[in-house]
Amino acid sequence: MSLYNNHTGSRAGKTARNTVIVVLLLLFALATLFPIYFMVISSFGDPVEAGAVSYSLWPGKFTLESYSFFFNYSEYSYRWILNSTIVAGAVTVTNVFFATMAGYAFSKLRFKGRGVLFSILLAAMMIPYQVTQVPLYILIVNTFHIENTFSALILPGLVTVYNIFLAKQFMSSIPTEIMESAKVEGCSQFQIFFRIILPLSKTVMAVIAILTFMDSWNTFFWPFLVTNTMDMQTIQVGLKNFRFANTTYFSPMMAGATISAVPMFILFFSLQKYFLEGVTVGAVKG
Amino acid sequence: MAQSAQTVKKRKIKGDGVWGYAFIAVALIVYALFTAYPVFSAFLISFQEYKPLGSTYIGFDNYTATFKDDLFWKSIKNTLVYTVLTVPVALLLSFLVAIMILPLRKKLQTVFKAVYYLPVVASGVALSLVWLWIFDPMPGGIFNQFIGWFGAHNQNWLGSSATAMFSLVIMAWLSSHGASIIIYLAALLGIDDSYYEAADLDGASFLQKLWHIVLPSLKPTTLFLLVTAVIGSFQVFQNAYLMTGGGPDHATTMVGLLIFDNAFKYFEFGKAAAQSLILALIIALVSLFQFKFLGKDVDY
Repeated sequence: MSLYNNHTGSRAGKTARNTVIVVLLLLFALATLFPIYFMVISSFGDPVEAGAVSYSLWPGKFTLESYSFFFNYSEYSYRWILNSTIVAGAVTVTNVFFATMAGYAFSKLRFKGRGVLFSILLAAMMIPYQVTQVPLYILIVNTFHIENTFSALILPGLVTVYNIFLAKQFMSSIPTEIMESAKVEGCSQFQIFFRIILPLSKTVMAVIAILTFMDSWNTFFWPFLVTNTMDMQTIQVGLKNFRFANTTYFSPMMAGATISAVPMFILFFSLQKYFLEGVTVGAVKG
Repeated sequence: MAQSAQTVKKRKIKGDGVWGYAFIAVALIVYALFTAYPVFSAFLISFQEYKPLGSTYIGFDNYTATFKDDLFWKSIKNTLVYTVLTVPVALLLSFLVAIMILPLRKKLQTVFKAVYYLPVVASGVALSLVWLWIFDPMPGGIFNQFIGWFGAHNQNWLGSSATAMFSLVIMAWLSSHGASIIIYLAALLGIDDSYYEAADLDGASFLQKLWHIVLPSLKPTTLFLLVTAVIGSFQVFQNAYLMTGGGPDHATTMVGLLIFDNAFKYFEFGKAAAQSLILALIIALVSLFQFKFLGKDVDY
């Protein structure tokens, strides 16, 4: 027995009910996916000026010219993708490493001030980013003088509180006995972490990696603030230039938008399980 | 994961204090440098007229100027309107979709979860470019074509102050409910079957079960989603910045965008810092209010 009466009523009634449900879900899915669909099909159109475009819902023509237009438009088009990959990759690696380390310490080790320190970290999640944006900008640009470098793009995201929280939540379910017996066998904490904790934490490491990479790849605001030459921009910032320089070219712009989204789509479809699992960690109380 | 965490005894390993500090060292340094110090610094800057070489202390001037600023109040109003129009609809849609996904077979559930989550994965900049074209003011614009089927005349959606906010709201209605759908579905699957069995014995209908079992059980989840959605909505910046730039006639200037403009367009760092702290206070108060009045009988 559950919310829906699966056992009572006729089989035909149940089939009819589920059919209606699926149709409704498909209709709403169509509306939700429409922008993505429109983006992809429009990117295969001719790179003509917007005035000459008839916005159609069906591809009248299939050509990759808008893609080459996008890559030829700026000598930095490839560079933007490379920069995004470098920044998102670096941020992902450091987050997986440092967040699992901190998560392990907060969930399994006893040291003075552990509770207080963790609460202070958590408090950060409630502060709107608008509060830190100005001082952070001043710190990076006026104090450290590292604007327009990879350091400026990577350092503030080195490890985030949210990821520490995820790691801690996950690791508190690993039985402490395992670590104790490893200790009795003569393992150092370092060995315990690398030989026991990390292999047991693959799921949460994957979740952290994926969510961090997605966040970092899609982020627009910070790279937009701290880069000032085209060669240091990430793909999201590059897209924005493209818009202002080339507002009139519709298809190439959609090609650029598609290019910026496709890596995430590919990751999503290959690692869907971790994406969907990651969403519920910390949000649902069982 | 989180479930079993509750049941495991909270035992910690003794005698490894130094390792504890070593393991959190990097996290703490990053936090101190890039979060704690900036917050502290925001307080200081908010009382200053900031200049790169030596700022002047001006007391509460940034705050009083903000409270006298019509544009600030308008941006607060815009943010509130946007929040009230988008958040409840987003929650309701997510709930309805989750309820509809629930009776389907496992495979189909996964397919729909993935489909609805896909827009979350796409880049926000890319999607806003797409929406710019959907709202194209020419009669050939997709949205104008769509309303044309219903006999409506084409509008300058983003370019007119009457419709610009509405356009941003429509965009929010049709994007990114993926995360809340999945969270609702997980919460629905977590409701114990024995409640439904008892209700069935009493001859309860679907709607009665929905009202007496599902809604109360989902209250903590709804509160969580509501609080996080409102917090997110108060900070909204990117869509307004990329789609309308706050215009026309400041009809879509959200408070997040106003702070950004003050800081990085006019370089009034002090004023921006003061406004960001006021925003933080508003968000804290609104969250507290929600917990106090909606969370009354929710226990964690």
